[in-house]
Amino acid sequence: MRKKHYFGRFALTVLAVFFALWFLLPTVLTITNSFMTQSEISSNYGKVFANVSGSDGKAYIADTVNLKFIPDKVTFNQYISVLIRSPEYLLKFWNSVILVVPIVLLQLVVASITAYGFTRWRGKVRSFLFFFYVILMLMPTQVTLVPNYLVSDWVGILNTRWSIILPGTFAPFSVFLLTKSMRRIPASLIEAAKLDGSSEWQIFKDICLPQCRSALYSIAILVFIDYWNMVEQPIVLLPNADLQPLSVYLSTINSREVGLAFAIATIYMVPSLLLFLHGEDYLVEGIAHQGSVKG
Amino acid sequence: MSMKTVKEKKIRKSRPPRAKKAGKVRRAWNRGNDHIRDVMHSVAFLTPSVTGVAVFFILPFLVVVYYSVIRSPMNPEFVFLDNFIAVLKNSSFRTAAKNTAMFSAIAVPLAVVLSLVLALMLECRIPCKSLLRTFFLSPMMVPVASVVLIWQVVFHYRGTLNVVLANFGVDPVDWINSSGCLMVIVVLFLWKNLGYNMILFMAALNNIPKELLEVADVEGASAAHKFFNIKLRYLSPTVLFVAILSIINSFKVFREIYLLTGDYPFDGLYMMQHFMNNTFNNLDYQKMSSAAVLMALVMVALIALLFKVEDIFGKDVEG
Repeated sequence: MRKKHYFGRFALTVLAVFFALWFLLPTVLTITNSFMTQSEISSNYGKVFANVSGSDGKAYIADTVNLKFIPDKVTFNQYISVLIRSPEYLLKFWNSVILVVPIVLLQLVVASITAYGFTRWRGKVRSFLFFFYVILMLMPTQVTLVPNYLVSDWVGILNTRWSIILPGTFAPFSVFLLTKSMRRIPASLIEAAKLDGSSEWQIFKDICLPQCRSALYSIAILVFIDYWNMVEQPIVLLPNADLQPLSVYLSTINSREVGLAFAIATIYMVPSLLLFLHGEDYLVEGIAHQGSVKG
Repeated sequence: MSMKTVKEKKIRKSRPPRAKKAGKVRRAWNRGNDHIRDVMHSVAFLTPSVTGVAVFFILPFLVVVYYSVIRSPMNPEFVFLDNFIAVLKNSSFRTAAKNTAMFSAIAVPLAVVLSLVLALMLECRIPCKSLLRTFFLSPMMVPVASVVLIWQVVFHYRGTLNVVLANFGVDPVDWINSSGCLMVIVVLFLWKNLGYNMILFMAALNNIPKELLEVADVEGASAAHKFFNIKLRYLSPTVLFVAILSIINSFKVFREIYLLTGDYPFDGLYMMQHFMNNTFNNLDYQKMSSAAVLMALVMVALIALLFKVEDIFGKDVEG
């Protein structure tokens, strides 16, 4: 009996490791390939990007691609050309930063204030409002983009960064998650502070926010990763190529210089990777108590 | 968990008695004052967000609804359902709606079930759990564009998958431009989303009262019995949460498809967002708004359905 148990556990471990490695593969591939020389890249993948149609020439089955992990020769050439020779990539990177950082910060500020409002006082109107936020949160981008476009057009911010930052600030996703975790703060704590004569703002600032630290952090990571990789909003709201973030621009590099694309993708991955590795435990802790979707 | 929420609610209800010595009128006056103060405070805290949401989402959406029932912005004649009928008859809208629905119908159940399986797998005492967890989460961070690059390499006509399959004597297929294209995207979707869903399930599994499982162990319950009768009951709110998240994310898969194939992909991959984008480019407000309203209606119906399901299943464990 016992032996069987051990065997089962061993099999499970092997299975889990196997799956986990599959999940890790593309990430590793992106990073290692960024150290290959341009000629190695094009000899490996040239066939894919040479003819996009790809349905002709069945004869060249030998000319297949060659997915490779370890570069023949490690080189930093791709990085040098990205970082030094062509400043446009750095410019796009900066575009991403200047879009995403304000969105994350503003969304967290607005959401935490709102979440406090939803936690501290309840009533028919407020719970209806919260329910409404949940519905809005669940609306796909396809639906919300049209209203965003119209408003940006009226206010005259279409094709400026504000057309993405402002709707991002009021996105209801973090309101929902934060309200959920604020509601877990024991009410006695708030009542005690109230009896001690703290104002609502003080209770919010000194009790609720510190209690939700891990939730705030995990939401910041989620929101950051989501907007860092945005594609839909910039194509519609920010057609000006000079202002578009790197996430959109990366796609146009793909077909032309594959080697560069890997290097840029690796660089682009760094901020979210650092945030993630630093806050992974918070991420798990912060979303651990979400449970049901309803208020 | 359930006990705790009940307790919290009770504590919240019993406010500390204020102004005990004061007379009836005074108490009523205080209560009224309290109420007014509470309303003022809540309004103060909610106003910024509500204003923003109203300006950026609600008011323009009402305009979208208005656009969807008039002839055109130049000629605001009320035509009621004409635009909707026109959109429903539009062949590219139909393709887009069909593809999007089909993709979600395949991808969402798979995402829920597979992530639950992964979570259960990591729940068993296996070594290096947190490292494996990190591996599963790693797809969240890879930029969409570089994922797409690798997917192209793997699923191209001369790509890795075909090379591997050729060893087994299978003829090469141009995956992205074939009827199998949807599966390529499903794999991509699962790869990207399973990790996060898995964490949600792991957290929920942790919250199941241990005593219950111990009792079941003592009474000699089988693993299957424990799973279906105890764990799954406690997981049901999370199952719905994950399902809803997966539905949202399944609409986001457009990013990957757009980067893989551009504005006009193979027919099987023409999604709702392609339709929207292309109507944006033509500035056809009527078509665009009717499509948005239709999609919103479908979403509301879907959410209402899921909430109903949660009411039925989640009742006995949520307290």
